[in-house]
Amino acid sequence: MTERIDEVMEICLLAGKLMLESGGETYRVEDTMTRIAASFGMPRSHGYVTPTAIIFSIEGTDSTRLIRISERSTDLAKVAVVNDISRRISRGELTLEKARKELEDIGRAPMGYPLWQQTAAAALASACFASLIGGMVHFFPSLFSGGVAFWCFEMVHRFVKIRFFAEFFASFVAGGLVLLMVQAGFGGDVGNMIIGSVLPLVPGLAITNAVRDLMAGHLIAGLSRGAEAFLTAFAIGTGIAFVLSIR
Amino acid sequence: MIVMQLLLSFVASTLFGMIFNVPPRLLPHSGFVGMSGWAAYTFAVRSSVDSVIATFMAAFFVAFLSNAFARRYRAPATIFIVPGILPLVPGGTAFEAMRHVVMNDYNAAIPLAAKVFMISGAIAMGLIFSEVVNQLVKRRP
Repeated sequence: MTERIDEVMEICLLAGKLMLESGGETYRVEDTMTRIAASFGMPRSHGYVTPTAIIFSIEGTDSTRLIRISERSTDLAKVAVVNDISRRISRGELTLEKARKELEDIGRAPMGYPLWQQTAAAALASACFASLIGGMVHFFPSLFSGGVAFWCFEMVHRFVKIRFFAEFFASFVAGGLVLLMVQAGFGGDVGNMIIGSVLPLVPGLAITNAVRDLMAGHLIAGLSRGAEAFLTAFAIGTGIAFVLSIR
Repeated sequence: MIVMQLLLSFVASTLFGMIFNVPPRLLPHSGFVGMSGWAAYTFAVRSSVDSVIATFMAAFFVAFLSNAFARRYRAPATIFIVPGILPLVPGGTAFEAMRHVVMNDYNAAIPLAAKVFMISGAIAMGLIFSEVVNQLVKRRP
């Protein structure tokens, strides 16, 4: 029996960890873990999740475990897949071993799009948005500055593990490139082009998660996600302000 | 012109979805949500609704559509909301505010900063209201 409890616990924590690391909402992580435990015959379990740690305990047993989440990224596909696995577990379609194997596979597999595709997507998205608010003149310059800014963000983030610095640097690069291009005679309005270029860096996921977590009553998680969103926005703003002030 | 705007916002939101690693089969849906949000926003602003209220309406609409898609495709609603609200972020006003701050013109910066704050709040309120509606819908069997 204890072995089974340990195994269920392991699966719950694995699922929770995968979800939280990929950018799932805190309430969804707790919900998923409790549901998985319940469908394996442990109806009363308690999860306490913050953006940086998971504590999970199954009532009536001695086991309580804590895992630390140190690296968070954005991979909504993973959240969707883990969500799907938990649904299948609740419907009784997956055995313990099978669920464990599938979750481990997801943990190993690098999901998501490769870096060059993401950079291309960011570049095109910047170009589209800049043209959306300012007109088609801004398309090609923003394509360039948006792509370079996103690539810089990913590269700096890889070497310096401080997210806010990477965001600051990327928006600084975006602003600098836009100003240089405008001085060389490409593109139109500086503002529209800068906004387009930094939009892929905007903390959309943090804002959404902050609101949804607060609504679900997870005050600590909601506030810390809100702080993350605010700091990110601040880093982007500072990067732009830096460029504008040394112009 | 309108077709162009719709097309651009659709493509932009789809690509934002790619940046957030939305699964490929749901990419067009997140693009559609983003396009609808932008359309709602521009429509409201052009019929001279205040931009704070327009943002609120658009964010509500985005989250409402996202929740409907989430039920329909059995996927987390975040997948559709995140690319959907990005175009509503008050980038232009924030940029203007920042420009005035850098020029030491705080008197001009503060109203703009307040506007940025109000618009961000409107996005959050839109999400909240739609979450309430979603829970009311869910409770009905």
